[in-house]
Formats: sequence, C-alpha cells, structure tokens
Amino acid sequence: MADADKTDGGRRAMTGKAVARAPRDIAHEGFLTHRGGRWAKIAAELCVAALAIYVMTDPTPRHNGGTWLGYTLGSIGAGLIIWLSLLGVRKRVIGSKPFSLKGWTSAHVWLGLSLIVIGTLHSGFQFGWNVHTLTWALMMIVILSGLWGVSLYATVPEKLSANRGEVTQAQMLEAIRTLDRQLGTAAQPLEADDAALVRMSLEETRIAGSPRQRLSGRYADDGNARALAAISERVMATMRAGRPDERLQQIRFLLERKEAALAQARRHIALKAQLELWLYIHVPVTVALLAALVAHILSVFLYW
Amino acid sequence: MTPYRIAIVGSGPAGLSAAAHAARLGLSHVLLEKTDHLSDTIFKYQKGKHVMATPSQLVLRSPLDFEAGKREMVLGTWNEQTAAAGVNVRIRAEVTAITGTGDPIPGSVMKLVKRKRDGTSETQDIQRLAPPYRLTLADGETILADTVILAIGTQGNPNLMACPGGDLPHVQYQLDDPSEYTDEHIFVIGGGDAGIENALGLAADPAQNNKVTLVNRSAEFAQAKDANVKALMAARDAGRISIMTQSTTRTIEQGWITLDTAEGEVRAPCDRVIARMGSAPPRSFVEQCGVEFASNDRLAFPKLSATFESTAPGIYVVGALAGYPLIKHCMNQGHDVVEFINGNLDLRPADEPILEAKFTGLPGARSVADWLEYLRSSVSILSGMSSLQMREFMLDSSVRLYRMGEVIFERNAPGSSLFGIAEGQVLVEVNPADPSVTVPIGAGSIFGEVGLISGRRRGATIRAGSDCILVEISRTAALKLMSQVPSAAREITRITTTRSLLQIFKSGLAAEDLAEVIAAATVETIRAGQAIIREGDTGDDIFIIRSGSMVVEKLIGGKPVFLNYVPAGSYVGEMGVISGGPRTATVRAAVKADVIRIPGEPFRALLASRPQLLDTLRAEMANRTAMNNFIESKKDSFSGVVDLYTGVANFLVEQGVGEATDVLLIDEKLCVGCDNCEKACADTHDGLSRLDREAGRTYAHLHVPTSCRHCEHPHCMADCPPNAIHRGPTGEVYIDETCIGCGNCQRNCPYGVIRMDKVPPKKPWLLGWFLFGSGPGPGEPPARWAKKHDPAYAEKAKKAIKCDMCAGQDGGPACVRACPTGAAIRVSPEQFLSVALMGREER
Repeated sequence: MADADKTDGGRRAMTGKAVARAPRDIAHEGFLTHRGGRWAKIAAELCVAALAIYVMTDPTPRHNGGTWLGYTLGSIGAGLIIWLSLLGVRKRVIGSKPFSLKGWTSAHVWLGLSLIVIGTLHSGFQFGWNVHTLTWALMMIVILSGLWGVSLYATVPEKLSANRGEVTQAQMLEAIRTLDRQLGTAAQPLEADDAALVRMSLEETRIAGSPRQRLSGRYADDGNARALAAISERVMATMRAGRPDERLQQIRFLLERKEAALAQARRHIALKAQLELWLYIHVPVTVALLAALVAHILSVFLYW
Repeated sequence: MTPYRIAIVGSGPAGLSAAAHAARLGLSHVLLEKTDHLSDTIFKYQKGKHVMATPSQLVLRSPLDFEAGKREMVLGTWNEQTAAAGVNVRIRAEVTAITGTGDPIPGSVMKLVKRKRDGTSETQDIQRLAPPYRLTLADGETILADTVILAIGTQGNPNLMACPGGDLPHVQYQLDDPSEYTDEHIFVIGGGDAGIENALGLAADPAQNNKVTLVNRSAEFAQAKDANVKALMAARDAGRISIMTQSTTRTIEQGWITLDTAEGEVRAPCDRVIARMGSAPPRSFVEQCGVEFASNDRLAFPKLSATFESTAPGIYVVGALAGYPLIKHCMNQGHDVVEFINGNLDLRPADEPILEAKFTGLPGARSVADWLEYLRSSVSILSGMSSLQMREFMLDSSVRLYRMGEVIFERNAPGSSLFGIAEGQVLVEVNPADPSVTVPIGAGSIFGEVGLISGRRRGATIRAGSDCILVEISRTAALKLMSQVPSAAREITRITTTRSLLQIFKSGLAAEDLAEVIAAATVETIRAGQAIIREGDTGDDIFIIRSGSMVVEKLIGGKPVFLNYVPAGSYVGEMGVISGGPRTATVRAAVKADVIRIPGEPFRALLASRPQLLDTLRAEMANRTAMNNFIESKKDSFSGVVDLYTGVANFLVEQGVGEATDVLLIDEKLCVGCDNCEKACADTHDGLSRLDREAGRTYAHLHVPTSCRHCEHPHCMADCPPNAIHRGPTGEVYIDETCIGCGNCQRNCPYGVIRMDKVPPKKPWLLGWFLFGSGPGPGEPPARWAKKHDPAYAEKAKKAIKCDMCAGQDGGPACVRACPTGAAIRVSPEQFLSVALMGREER
C-alpha cells in the first residue's frame, strides 16, 4: 500500500483494491494430529531409519557413541534436545511472524518421543555410573514426564470444562465471597456460640487449602466443613427438641451452598494444578539435562 | 419592543459559539438556555470525563477556544470566554413555541402527518408566517427576533411522571452525584440503563444507608445492557436493592409513593423519586416551528440549505440537530451561521480544505462546489441530495481516477463500500475462470452494492473498462444516503435485486431476462427464528437471502435435525420450483434477515427459456439432497451423534454466530486453560487483550469466548460519532485512532466484546523478564505496573478497543497461532457449521 492511499488523515486506507487475507490454519484438529499427523510420521520415519541402520551395520568392537552412526545419532539427539527446549521461549514470543504454536507442540511431542530411540541407540546400550548414562537417564525422565503431560492434556481439559460449566474462575471466587457476605448478615441475630461457628466458616476457610489438602482432596478439617457439621448437629438437636430454629436452618443452607461452591472451586484449582504439575518435573529436569548434556559432550572430547 | 437580530436557542457548543460570534460582530442577540447552566449535554458528562477534539484535521473557527481535555476545563473555558465576549445569556428560558409574526408566506404550507399508535393518521397544515419570529418561553414571556438559530441538540426532554404528585420537588429526572444522598428511601423509576446505573450508584456504598427500590413497568429488563441487568440482580441477591417489576406509579405524596403492582396496590415510604423513563426527541417541537424533516425516518434530519437555513425562512438549524454530532463541527457551524445571517454568503465552509484534498489529482480543474455538483448530477443515486448533504456525504466518501484496466476490487475481497460511476465504465468479470468474459456497467450507475447490503465478500472482480472517475461511498455514508434520500434507497434496492439474481444464477443471464422476475419479486424482512419455508407445506416461491443467514432443518424421527447453514448471498426453495411437491425441509432465519421472495410462476418461465440455468439449479439441488440423505442415514446408525450435531449447531446459532463472519471457538476438550491466547492478543495489540477466554457460553465442550465475531452488519458501527469503526480490507471490523472514547460501541455490542481501556506503556525486552524477572512478562501488564511506569497513565483517556482479526499479521489471528493444543480456531460460520462438524462429534 503506497502512501497515496493513506488519505482521510491517517485513517487506514479504505480502498476497493483487494488485499488478500493472510492464509491461516482453520483445521479443527488437536496438536497430536496436527496436519494429519505430519510430525508423528516424520518421527516414526526417523526412528525406523535409525533402527534399520543400527541393525544393518556391525561396527567393531561394538555399537557405541564413537562410531559414525553414534556420532550422527548423537548430533541429531543433541540438536533435538536444544531445539525442543526452545519451545518454552517460542510460546512466549508471539510477534507477527507466521508460526503455529500447535505445530511446534506437535513436533515437540513426536520428535521428543523419537529421542527414546535415537538417544538409546546412540548409547549402544552401554550404561554405567557415569555422566553419560546420567544424561540418558535425565533425558528419559524428561520424556516420560512429557508423556505424562500429554496424557493429562488428553484427559483433564474435558473434566475442567465439565466442572466449570459456564462459570469463570473469578465468578467462582466471587460466589464464595457473596455467600460469605450473606452468612455475615444472617449471623447477626445469632447467639454468641452459634455466631462463633459462622465465624469459623468465614475466618478459617482456605479455598485452596494446604498442599496436603490440595493433593489429597480432603478438606474435612477445613473451617467451613467443621462449621457445617456443627451447625447441622444443632439444627438436628432443635428439631428433636421440637423447637426448630429457622435462623439456624438458614445458616445451614448457606453453609451447604458454600461447601458446594468450595468443592467446585477446589476441583477447578486441582485440575488446573494437574495440568501444570508435570511441568514442575519436565522443566527443571530439562535444565539439568542441558547441563548434563554439556558435561557429556565436553567430557567425550576432553578425554578422547 | 424591537426584535433582536438573532435569537439563539440552546447553549451547547453550536449555540454558544454562534452567540459569542454574534457578540463579537456587535449584532443584537439573545442566547436562550433551558437549564440554569451553559452547555447542558457536556455539563451532564460524569465528573472528570475526557472530552475529545476530533476530527483533528478540521480547523476551529469559533471565537471560543476548544481543545481536548477534562470536562471541567472545557466548560470553565467556555463560561469565562462567554462572559468576556459580553454574550447576552438568559438561563432558565425554555422555548415552547416559535411562530412568525408577519404575513402568511404565500404557498408555504407545511403538511405534518402524525401517526397514532392505533394506526390512524392525522394531517396538520401549518401555514408559515414571515419573520420576525415570536419565541414563547415556558414562563409565558415572549421574545421577538428577526432570525432564529435552533441549536437544541438531540437529547430532547426527559419523559415526565404523569401521575398525581409527579410535579413535587422531590421528583427528579437526573442524578448527578449518587454520594449526595444518605439515609433515604429512594425509588428509581425505569428499568433502562440509566435507571439501573442510578440505582446501583445509590446503593453502592452501604454506609450511605439508602433504601433503593427500582421500579420497572415490564417483567423483563429488555431495554438494558446485559451487564447492567446482571449487576442489578447481584445487588438484589445481596439485599442492597429491591426490585419491583410489572409495576407503575399511581401517586406520589410527600414522604410516600403508591404503586400498582401485579399483586395489587402498594404504598411505601419514599423520600425521593428519580425518574429515568427515557426522553422524547425534539422533533415535534422543531416541526411545529415550520421546519421540515428530510423523511419520516426516525433518524432523519431537517432539510437545510447550504447556509443552514431550514424550510422556515429565517430559522436556521445547526449542531447535532442538523446531523453533526461532533463538538468541533458544531462550533464551526455556530460561527458560520452567524456569518451567513450577517450577509457573508461567500464564506467557504471549514471543511473546504478537506474536500479540496479529496479532489486534487483528478483531471479537469474544477472548484469544490463544481465537483460536488458534477458528481451529484452524474451519479443517479446522488441526484436527490441538497448541496449541504453532498458536502457532508463527500467527507465520508472518496473520489478517484482509475486508469483503464486497473482492478478496482477483486472477487472474494471483503468490502462494504458502494461505488458510483461518474465518468467512464467498469467491467465485471462474471466468470472467475476466464477474466476475459465481462459485463460492462456504465456511467451514472453503481456497483459494489452486494457488500453494502450483505456485508459479505465481493462476488466478482471489477476493473476499469476505460479511464473512469469513481466515487467510493463508505457503508455509513451509503446508509445515511438511503435514509435521507428515498429515491436513492429505491434505486439501490432495484439494482441489488437484479444483480444478486444475476450473480447467484449466472448461466449467461442478462438483466433483460430478469425483468419479469424482478417485477414480481418482493423484499421481506424476516425476524430471527421466523420460518420462510415449512416442511410439508406446498409452495414454490424461491428465496434469495440478501442479509442475515438461515438454518435448514428437517424433522427426522419426530425431532428437528439441523441440516445446513445458509449465509447471505445464497438461495433456498429451488426444489419446489424444479420438482414440485411439498417442501422437504424447514428454513428459518438464524438472525434478522432480508430476503427476496420470487414467486414460482415467472421463475419457471425463466427456467423454461434458459435450460442452462435449470442445470445449475439441478446440480445444486443434487448436492443438497445428497447431504440430506447422508445425515438421514447417519441418524439411523448414530442417532446420538446427529442429535449432538443439531444441538451444537443450534447452540452456535443462538450465540449469534448466524450474523458473524469470523468467530473464535474453543474446543474445551483440548483447552488446557493456559490463557496463551489472551497473552498473545495483548502482546500483539498494544498490551491489551481483546478477548476473554473463560467468559462466554459453552455447549458440549464447545466454548464461544467473549471475542469479536466481526458481524455482517456490526452493531458497534451503528452509532459512532466520529465514524471511527470500519470494515477493513480483509474483512475485519476495527476502530481507528479517531475514537473519542464515548463508549457507544461498547453499549451497542450485544456480545460484550468491546472494552474501554487505556494503552499501557511498552514493556521491557522479554528476555529481560525470562532471565532476570524484569517487567511483567508476557500478556497484559497489570494496571498497577502501568501506573508505576508511565506517569501520564492515570490521566490518559480510555478508548474503545476490540479485535481487529490481526489484520496485516502473517499467519492469521495471534490467539489461534498461540494456542499450543489446537483448541482455538477462528472460522467463518459456514466453514464450521457443515457436515464436518459431525466428524468432531464422532470422535
């Protein structure tokens, strides 16, 4: 577009001349099947080729990282490891360059899996207590944690979606705050000991809870659960005594609603945590792997 | 009593500027203001609101200063300068009638047709009388003036409480500062946005201890924005506001209010009534003065000469009432109209340089006025316009010389502008496969109307057949033209009907072949959800969808099954004409739609004479039948899949996808909630995200997030004072930098996808965050950070921001490119609402 088109005081030129829309990916397919599974095929071909050459050649004294095949696989492997670890950078730099993060993820997963074959064949199955095997072991941990991640990505989103329905995280937390306000109002006319129970719900409830609670999913000793148990007890007692107390029943109703709201929010947080938990292994071990990889390569060349 | 030379009614930017200029010229004048302060519309802006001064390229001619700034600053300057100029102001002077005191003007009788609610109408003849005019004030006093300048804006007067006690002092029609009132029982009457916002404001701070009740006449809050209704319901659930629906006020007394409710009469304590029941437009008052409007359209403006004089001699109309909503325009008109009244008829309007720039580079040395006249007389649809309308029209349009062979637009390019041919001819490439097959359109005619009507892409490539001069008319200008000049509207409709038929049926048809079909065709507007064809009915009308879209359904096993989505520019009902027999499926409107109905008889005659056309239709029919059969066969074996497919399709249509051209969808079976889409959006758009992933509706794990759908006919464009919203060359609806931050588009968007915000400062280098944790990292920076890193941030004006479909970025929308799992896709509804959708459900 020439400047001549920029009339109208710098507004974007509106002209009849067609400007083609940038081509874009509109295929509705997940990262595993991106472009009809292109990266799965490439990774499989890579593995088959490596295996075939490995089986067909018979170097002396034996297969290891020092043969021409070993060096080739080692170079491919090291290159892949470095490239795969760059996904973390790629996903944060969007810019206007035409790339698809889905394509990157797809390649990351499939080529990452091919490293099992490439890395292991590179070692020639020579394992020992040294930095070389350490590098291999770290690589396997990274790959296995990645596999765990893929399995979580395949199953958890559906649960996350089902649990939240059309409610956003902010709305879940707001619902709990609203219930707290209503509890505060409803507790005004109560006796001191009953009010103390409501206060327990208001003050001793932690939505996400402690790490132990988060992992176990058990919140029975949480403020709201205890308050609900105690208030229910009292409601039953007043019923048995033939003097049902409407105010207490209202409090029990609000506490039950809060318990349900808490349960939904906690499931939401737990599911989101699951989607990130594996990264706490995957990423740090990747950093360790990169360090070990440097040590492995240096030591090979230094102690030739 | 000697009449004033000029009486100015209304002290807004236009009236104030006119009065100040009259004072400077030493003309005897009086400025009449209804309220007790100057410039009421701007006075009513909320405290501290930033007032914009657009268009920036327009020179300010007013004796008063005006530049962008806070409301208080603008008003302060005007008050000072009005006083300094020695303007003769009368406040609390509401004009209730203006009549001439001279002899009847021969032949000048205005026919005023009033339509009543019961459908009858009544005609009133107003005989115009010569000046001087007598202005009657609300207190009965009268003022005489030779000329009158009406600058009363379009706000009108608030609808008043008609019940007994409605005139008591504690009944008010405005709420300036909700924090003023404490410990009161307050009733807010009216469930529109104004009423709800006032009620929420009064109840916002519990420390004020107000008992606020909102009274609404109907059961629903249909007039109000969704967000406001939600906030209101939340306030009610929290016990901060009481709501009374289906209630009206019976009487108001000191300290009490009596209401008629669905359950009977209710009397309640009441210290204050705030009535927000909308306002009556000033049109009837203006008409009673003898000023004629251009049409009966609700949005029509008065008929004016080039000097702003109305059909009543000596009464001039300027400002928003004349159709100019921007402050700067208004102030210039105030100046110009006084110059005209003072006899300076050679004054060239302030927009002259802008228009001059538009005409430079064209052959033939004409003046601006000559160019306008030339275009008006050579393009048929423009002929009904006045010179003033032409001027304004040209501000929104452009003229260009195209050399022979130059491409004007290409097939499938998005675009909503209309072209008028002033000189030369253009060639339409009717066969995409062979550009040498063309149909000419000659001088005086128009083209590009399909994009204007349907908002869809261009149907054919058009190039210049000779050197030609073309007027490109923006969508807004074209719509304004159609509402102001009925003959233009009729002509455009006729041409569009013919052309859309030619385009859809192709097959070597010529306009002449269609004459009979066109004569029998009618244009109908269809409500969302209304059926144009019902399964099992007999009928052989064929329908062409001009705007909006349709869904096709069929009853299978007693349940309606979604068959197809039909966008504008397609036809339905051809089976009835070809094979006869009852209709095989139901077709209903997904959104409000315009269709052309063609009776079967003349169409069959056309088919008989054009076997080629019959073949085209047969082929299309075969396609559709094949798909129906496919879905029916699926229904037998995978009934659940088809049900889900229908469910998803209906859900998407309910979400307004039927009027979308490009919509963001998230497959929640794949979405891991990383919000990388939002971060990518912010990082590619000034640090502000234009989408909210989590919000929005979900059905069967298919989520429609809060993000722009780039509607065919964008609601946001409907009322943009600086006309800053456009459809870009690649189909995106975007807001340019002339946005004044008024928030109209945000209120008009039914999908809540426009936000008002200010641009945060630039973030430091991403690597710095990655390695050293400096800056806020990827995504939208928090407002706290922005405030800290940009001293001017707090003072910045909020502007409207929305999705621009990442126009100009390679690879398409950043939100989709940044999705690691492929959950996010941005597609047009016809791409998505197809049988392919069933594949998803089968997985």
